[in-house]
Amino acid sequence: MIEILNFEFMRNAFLAGIMLSIVLAVVSFFVVLKRYSFIGVGVSHSAFGGVALGSLLGISPTLTALGFAVIVSNAIGYVGRRERLSTDTAIGIFFALAMALGVIFIGLSDKYNTDLFGYLFGNILAITRTDIVVVGVLGTIVLFACYFFFKELLFVAFDSEVAFVSGMPVVFLDHFFLTILAIAVVISIKIVGIVLVSALLVIPGAAASQVTDRYVSMIAVSIGVALISTIGGLVISYYADLASGATIVTFASLIFFIMVGVGRLRKR
Amino acid sequence: MNKREVGSGNPVIAELNDVWVGYNGKWVLKSIFLNCRAGEILGIVGPNGAGKSTLLKVIIGLIKPDRGNVSLFGKKPGKEARLDVGYLPQISHAERSFPVTALDVVMMGIYSRIGLFGRPGRKEREVALNMLSMVNMAEHAGRPFGVLSGGQQQRINIARALCSNPRLLMLDEPSTGVDSVAQEDFYVLLAKLRDEQGLSVIMVSHDIGVITSHADQVACLNVEVHYHGEPDLCISDEIMEKVFGKDLKIMVHDSKCATCHMRHEDV
Repeated sequence: MIEILNFEFMRNAFLAGIMLSIVLAVVSFFVVLKRYSFIGVGVSHSAFGGVALGSLLGISPTLTALGFAVIVSNAIGYVGRRERLSTDTAIGIFFALAMALGVIFIGLSDKYNTDLFGYLFGNILAITRTDIVVVGVLGTIVLFACYFFFKELLFVAFDSEVAFVSGMPVVFLDHFFLTILAIAVVISIKIVGIVLVSALLVIPGAAASQVTDRYVSMIAVSIGVALISTIGGLVISYYADLASGATIVTFASLIFFIMVGVGRLRKR
Repeated sequence: MNKREVGSGNPVIAELNDVWVGYNGKWVLKSIFLNCRAGEILGIVGPNGAGKSTLLKVIIGLIKPDRGNVSLFGKKPGKEARLDVGYLPQISHAERSFPVTALDVVMMGIYSRIGLFGRPGRKEREVALNMLSMVNMAEHAGRPFGVLSGGQQQRINIARALCSNPRLLMLDEPSTGVDSVAQEDFYVLLAKLRDEQGLSVIMVSHDIGVITSHADQVACLNVEVHYHGEPDLCISDEIMEKVFGKDLKIMVHDSKCATCHMRHEDV
C-alpha cells in the first residue's frame, strides 16, 4: 500500500478519487431517487463532444466538456418537460448528437490525439495538480449546492407535483440539479472515463437504497460504497495492471450485488 | 356530523369564470362557472373521466385553461396564492422505497414556509407531530413511509397538506384506500377545522354518498357543471342522469336521502 503512494500519479489519483467519491455518492443519492440514471448516461456521453471540441480548438477539454454537458443536461430537462417528447427520447437524441459532433471535431483535427482515448475510458496517469484543484473547487461547489438545497431537492424528488403546489420552484430546482449533475460528470471523466462515469452516478445510491430506509443513512452508505469502490478499484488496477476506471466500476458493481443480497436478508 | 349554515356573505376564495379546458382536440371541461366561499366545504362529484381532477388542477394553477378566468384568493393561481393551499393529489407519485419516515413526509408540508437555506427545527417538528396526532398516526412517526398501508399513507399525506396551516384544502379522492371508520374520523376533523379555523375545503370524489353527507355545497360535474348548490337538492333523478347516465341506481345511506329507507324495504 505504501509502495503505491511513492508514485506521484497514484497519490494524485487517490486524492482525486476520494474527493470524487464523496461528490458522486451524494449526487447519486438524488439520481437514484429522481430516476435520472439514463440522464446521467446521456450527459456523460455528451461530454465527448466537448472534449473533442476543446482538443480541436487547443483549449482546455475540461472547460468545453463542461459547457457541452451543462447545455445537454438542461436541454434534456427542458425538452422532457415542454415538448411532446419523453425525457427518454430527448436523451437519445442529444446523446447521439453530442457524440456525432465529437466525431466530426476529431475528423476536422489534423492531429491524432491519444488523450481522447484517456477521456473515454479514464487515465489516471493524466491527472495533474491542476485537475486536483479543479475537482476540489467544483466538487466543493456541488456538495455545498446539495447541502443548501437539500430539503427542496428531497421534496421535489419525493413528489414534484405536491412540491410545486406547496410553492417550491420545481422547474428551477430541476435545472439546478441537472447542472450539478453535469459538473459532477465532467470532473470525473479523467479518472473513470466518459463511457463508465454514469455507473458511479447510479451504483453508490442504488447499493445504499438496498440496505437503508432513511435518507441520512442512505447518503452515508452511498459515500461508503463510492469510497471503497474507488480506493479498492485503484489498488486492484495498480497491482493487476488493469484499466483504473473499468476496475473501479467492476468493483462497485460487485459491492452492489452484495448489497442486494444483504438487503434481501434484512427483509426476511 | 353537524351541518353548518354557510353564510352567503363569506368572501369568495376560489372562482372559475367560463373556464374551458381541452385535451387532444376534446373538451375535458366546458364553460365552468363555480365558486367556493371561505369556511365552506365544496364537494365536486362526478363519474370517472368527468374532469374532476382536471378542475382541481386548474384551480391550483397546475393546468392553464384554454379559455376563461380562474382566481384563487383574488389572484391568479400563482406561487403566492398556492402558499395558502394544502393539496392532496389522487395519485401519489412517491416511490414506496423512498427513504423517508412518516414524520419527514409531514414536515415537507412546511418546507416552503421555512424558505431556501432554512432547516426544519424543533418548532417545525412539533407542528408536524401535532398534525400526525390529529390524523391518529402519531405512533407511526418514525416508521418508513414505504412500509405503511395505503390508508395510512393517505393520512400522512393529509397531515402534510394540513401542516402548512392552509386556508384552503384541496383533496382529490381523499377516501382512496381509507377504511370507513377512518374516513368518518377524517370528515369529522375537516368539519372541526372548518368551524374552528375557518378552513375552506374543495374535495373531489366519485362517491355521491361521501359528498352529500359531508359537503356544504355540491357541484355535480360531467365535463359541464350540471348543478351547484345545497347537497339536499343534488340527488334529483334529472341531475343524476345528466351526470352519471341513465343506468344509475342511487343507494345513499344518509339522513338527506328521503327515499333511502323505502329502497331498503324494497330490497
